[in-house]
Amino acid sequence: MKALLIGESKQGKIEDSTYELVGFAKQFGMESAMFIVAKNDSQIAYDGKVYLADSDKYKEYNPDAHKKLIEEAINKENPDYIIFSHSSYGWDMAFRVAADLKVAPISEVVDYKDGTFVVPCCNSKFRREVKPKTDKAVLTLQGGAFNPVAEGTPQIETLDIGDVEPSVEFIDYEVQEKTGVDLTKAEIIVSVGRGVGKKENIEFEKELAETLGGELGASRPVVDSEWLDQSHQVGTTGQTVAPKLYVACGISGAIQHLAGMKKSGFVVAINKDKDAPIGEVADVFVVADVNEFVPILTKKLKSA
Amino acid sequence: MKILVCVKQVPDMESKFKIDSSSKWYDQSDLVYKINEYDEYAAEEAVRLKEKVSGSELTVLSIGPERVKDVIRKVLAMGADKGIHILDNEEHLKDPFQKASAVAEYAKSENFDIIFTGLQSQDRGSAQLAPLLAGMLNYSFVSTVVAFENKDGYVEVARELEGGLRAKVKVKLPAVVACQLGLNTPRYPTLPNIMKAKRKELKTVNIDELLKAEPLVETGKVYFPERKAGGIVLEGKADEMADELIKILKEKTQVVK
Ligand SMILES: Cc1cc2nc3c(=O)[nH]c(=O)nc-3n(C[C@H](O)[C@H](O)[C@H](O)COP(=O)(O)OP(=O)(O)OC[C@H]3O[C@@H](n4cnc5c(N)ncnc54)[C@H](O)[C@@H]3O)c2cc1C
Ligand SMILES: Nc1ncnc2c1ncn2[C@@H]1O[C@H](COP(=O)(O)O)[C@@H](O)[C@H]1O
Repeated sequence: MKALLIGESKQGKIEDSTYELVGFAKQFGMESAMFIVAKNDSQIAYDGKVYLADSDKYKEYNPDAHKKLIEEAINKENPDYIIFSHSSYGWDMAFRVAADLKVAPISEVVDYKDGTFVVPCCNSKFRREVKPKTDKAVLTLQGGAFNPVAEGTPQIETLDIGDVEPSVEFIDYEVQEKTGVDLTKAEIIVSVGRGVGKKENIEFEKELAETLGGELGASRPVVDSEWLDQSHQVGTTGQTVAPKLYVACGISGAIQHLAGMKKSGFVVAINKDKDAPIGEVADVFVVADVNEFVPILTKKLKSA
Repeated sequence: MKILVCVKQVPDMESKFKIDSSSKWYDQSDLVYKINEYDEYAAEEAVRLKEKVSGSELTVLSIGPERVKDVIRKVLAMGADKGIHILDNEEHLKDPFQKASAVAEYAKSENFDIIFTGLQSQDRGSAQLAPLLAGMLNYSFVSTVVAFENKDGYVEVARELEGGLRAKVKVKLPAVVACQLGLNTPRYPTLPNIMKAKRKELKTVNIDELLKAEPLVETGKVYFPERKAGGIVLEGKADEMADELIKILKEKTQVVK
């Protein structure tokens, strides 16, 4: 099996997820080559061929040109699998390539066995097996599912396809300023999910966090609903945390949330749904109504 | 402007799921259904655009069995002008390529200026339908849209990238726009609008009339993932569970004393 790995570079830096693609290919014994749009002098820790297109010319985000460049690399390599990260770049690019080539698109791969891919579904409540019906397939790999491999020196071949008329034009990056709590150093985090029901109920988790001497975290819907500010968000689009104790209150455990907290030392989940996927990472799963259970727990901790 | 929004009906993710007899999907009976969360943002943005640009027409489309008419009616009550139901009792067995091709087949003669979708469906979660559709129609495409503004002859959007970064992007029309959570605050349909929605046009087309594509993937079995090995499940009275949990925390972590 031969893989073409589609690396990513953002703000002049090679994304760590690129090396997870390399790890995937290595883990399953696939031959590989890489494609990336990046700065000409980028340091890429990869032992193989890299088709590099200059990001000064083609921009880090320019889907029309990137698609053409990727298709050029596919023509040269004739890979079985064209592999992207399941990321903002992958979502925009991968399946347009699949549509062009009419080859099987498979998203969010978390495992692979004998030509069959495993992907999550229903907010990660289930796993599903998918097999391509075409010779080639376009895949996106779930972040964190495969161990990164970053070693070696690449043989670089520069790709240039002239100018491409863009339908989508990059204007600028907007960096959201970081204010509020820094959860990355917290030893204890009590995180609030949509399951608490309403903003007022967060008082219970606040009190538990104070009692334990920890910080307050949150899942994304809690932040989107403005119950807590963005600095509390844990997950792929929030902070990545690794406390000694993580208490997930009314959080289902979607992959994007788990990605931000699965390195926690000890995980307690409080959820009324026993099948909630947070069970995949929970050391203790308390089947209960958070709004009933948390105040009782806090009271007992206080008097202990 | 001619606007289309694609919405999917999905089960409430907190439902008690069972795997069906084919073991290829969940058992669809005894579930509470609602609009796919991401699509609610797409619908709201589509309605806002329609309200802003006079003379616009907004169509809402959903593929699935009879019951998906509920989500079409919901979006009609939010402000869409007409509905199109692509009747397919086996929607769950179609792959995204087939669904995208059915939508493309419908849309190609309609000449929509803009098509809104969700980033992904909560149940299948492939995030594929929109980019495949854009490819088939040869439309521009952007995903993970968290801000949207209509300009003269093009749209300007913010895409959410990883780690608190956003990219501002200019998109030529016609375009497919895949919406991310938090894009806006979806409205609740008012009672008068719910009543009005009942009189709006809702046409049903059979999937067979639109579907020409063969699947590109084969779906194998669906199963529950394993729990964390050695994980403890506590069930019962809150009071007793709290005692038990404190005991475990004292034994297993250094942070609770
Ligand atoms: C590109 C992208 C990036 C994302 N980034 C992030 C991110 O950084 N962080 C993040 O968290 N999410 C992120 N998400 C969203 C993620 O997919 C989930 O939608 C989100 O994590 C769900 O949050 P939740 O668990 O609070 O809510 P839900 O999934 O709605 O879960 C609520 C849970 O509470 C339980 N519950 C309900 N009532 C009670 C009760 N009374 N007592 C006890 N339990 C109860 C339910 O059983 C359920 O399990 C992202 C999604 C995308 C597509
Ligand atoms: N059965 C359907 N009917 C209408 N729209 C759909 C359907 N399935 C998916 N979509 C749209 O495509 C988006 C992506 O879905 P998916 O590719 O399944 O993750 C959804 O957010 C919807 O906007």
